Amino acid sequence: MILQLQYPFDPQLILRTRSKIRKMLLQTEKRLIEVRIAVLGGSTTHDIIEILELFLLDYDIKPVFYECEFGQFWQEVMFNNEELIRFKPDIIYIHTSNRNITRFPDMQDSAAEVDALCDMQLEHFRVMWVEIEKTLHCPMIQTNFELPYFRLLGNRDAVDVHGRTAFIMKLNQKFSEYAREHELFHLLDIHSLSAWYGLEKWSDPLFWHMYKYSLCVPAIPYLAHNAANIIKAIYGKNKKAMALDLDNTLWGGVIADDGIDGIEIGHETSMGQVYSEFQNYIRLHKDLGVILNVISKNDESNALLGLNHPEGTLHPDDFVIMKANWENKDTNVRELARELNILPESIVFVDDNPAERGIVSAQMPDAAVPVMEKVEHYIRTLDRSGFFEVTRISEDDIRRNEMYKGNVERTREEHMYQNYDEYLTSLDMHAVIRPFDAIYLPRITQLTNKSNQFNLTTRRYTDSEIAVVASDDIYLTLYGKLSDKHGDNGLVSVVIGKKKDTVLHLELWLMSCRVLKRNMEQAMLDTLVTEAQAVGIQKLIGYYYRTEKNSLVQDFYKRMGFTLRSESEGDSIWTLKLSGYQEMNHSIKVSKGEES
Amino acid sequence: MTKEEIYKNLQSVFEEVFDDEDIVIGAQTTANDIKGWDSLRHITLMSAVEEAFDLSFDMRDIVHLKSVGELVDLIEREL
Repeated sequence: MILQLQYPFDPQLILRTRSKIRKMLLQTEKRLIEVRIAVLGGSTTHDIIEILELFLLDYDIKPVFYECEFGQFWQEVMFNNEELIRFKPDIIYIHTSNRNITRFPDMQDSAAEVDALCDMQLEHFRVMWVEIEKTLHCPMIQTNFELPYFRLLGNRDAVDVHGRTAFIMKLNQKFSEYAREHELFHLLDIHSLSAWYGLEKWSDPLFWHMYKYSLCVPAIPYLAHNAANIIKAIYGKNKKAMALDLDNTLWGGVIADDGIDGIEIGHETSMGQVYSEFQNYIRLHKDLGVILNVISKNDESNALLGLNHPEGTLHPDDFVIMKANWENKDTNVRELARELNILPESIVFVDDNPAERGIVSAQMPDAAVPVMEKVEHYIRTLDRSGFFEVTRISEDDIRRNEMYKGNVERTREEHMYQNYDEYLTSLDMHAVIRPFDAIYLPRITQLTNKSNQFNLTTRRYTDSEIAVVASDDIYLTLYGKLSDKHGDNGLVSVVIGKKKDTVLHLELWLMSCRVLKRNMEQAMLDTLVTEAQAVGIQKLIGYYYRTEKNSLVQDFYKRMGFTLRSESEGDSIWTLKLSGYQEMNHSIKVSKGEES
Repeated sequence: MTKEEIYKNLQSVFEEVFDDEDIVIGAQTTANDIKGWDSLRHITLMSAVEEAFDLSFDMRDIVHLKSVGELVDLIEREL
């Protein structure tokens, strides 16, 4: 994370020093995902693109941009799209504003005519979205509308059907409805963003008349930050967990010194209320699938004492892992990541103490360390940072805390058994392993974009690519779901193979690290071999492409009985002859048919 | 602020916006003299100048600017 781009940022500094920031970002040795973004504007988009690039680079995404002719967002999709098609966008960003509403109601219009006009404005956009879905099949980000800059009817502008305010609010509703029903469609809510920034400044007419910008230039970093947040969320780069400090973060005061009656939490005092509101805000994240954890320099008994405060909203069982000890916090963050089987950079470190934040960001430059200053601004800082930008909520997200808790239970039990096989059997594991089903495609896409460690090729797929893979017979696909006596882990493994004569090339093999060492990969291979043999495949070819993050599986194919065919610069190619294959999994009961 | 001081402050704004420490500006300098000073970068420049001198230009004033000298005169008037 580059400090200048971390919320709360200085928009002018970003605009002014963008070349320097860009150079700094490009010096990284990290592997960046290339994403092709077509920006289709109804107004000037030049600076938006330049600043968007910075925020994306900071998320390890290297954008390649296509910018439509000035104001031609609609025409380029509808009539003049050869160049756009040739560009092969991965994402389309349609940047429009209320300057692109072609007609507002007249005072003479009847209510029915105003309704028809609103539908017509929607229709103008809708035909374009449909065309994009049909010809370009890629996710699109569409802005809604900021409120009008003038209110002809004063306050009644929001009431009377002829008011532009009422008209825009209605049109925005229709955009949201469309977004709810279309998975490829993501709304960039400039209605809220401009209100939050200050509409008076956002819509300063100077920028429209001078430069044809629909928003003031200093607001561009906020817009670009929001657009980048949606894009990184589409590519599975949201944060996954929070590591929360206790004293002066979740409550006011120091529990060890002030005692249960002395800490500030609850509705008795104004300071107590602020902390209560913050605890509640944190708790709401559970339903988004964010894993909550504690890292606190405290004795465990004191930590529990504070979390059991009768006025508190967060309780010990809201947390998956609690580290109340005197270790350095960076050590604890690393340890936490290891126990949860996620990367340290997927953790947001929430701590009021600048010294602790300093240690964590110095030791782990990739970690997200928001500047938690002034308790009344805690919520704002976390909220605007966009760590957990939601593009869609899967069933798995809502149950994630539960699933990770099950994992911690399992680790505890592991120690009780003499041998590992005995332990695995005791888990009473059941898997469903099947070719891709339509209902799981969103989760499959999500996994291909966020799995880093147990991922042999780290190939990323978009929604539309996965849809193609699922329907084309040249591909053999499998997903695996695993449950056990502690709970359901959900969909955790994906394999994609491409057939060529009697050989199957394994383009993708990934597994969620939450089911490591459970024999799930063996179960996947067993089913893969059966399915492959059924269609006449005699040999599998596996590929390992090394990245910074997937050394965990460099010997994966060897462990699975493949033979090394070639190797160069850490990458390797492996083969497995299918005749005489012996089943490897004996711990998981696998069902291959329809799910019960 | 004297004209000289304005030039000095403006100099560092130019260096930052055009990311070039060798830039030298004078009264006669125009957009043609500085690499990268196109109409788009002009927007950033104006914002940066407004911020550096803590003032806000009228649209009418910006529209007619032709050289750094005129910009300095404008800043002097507004301060």
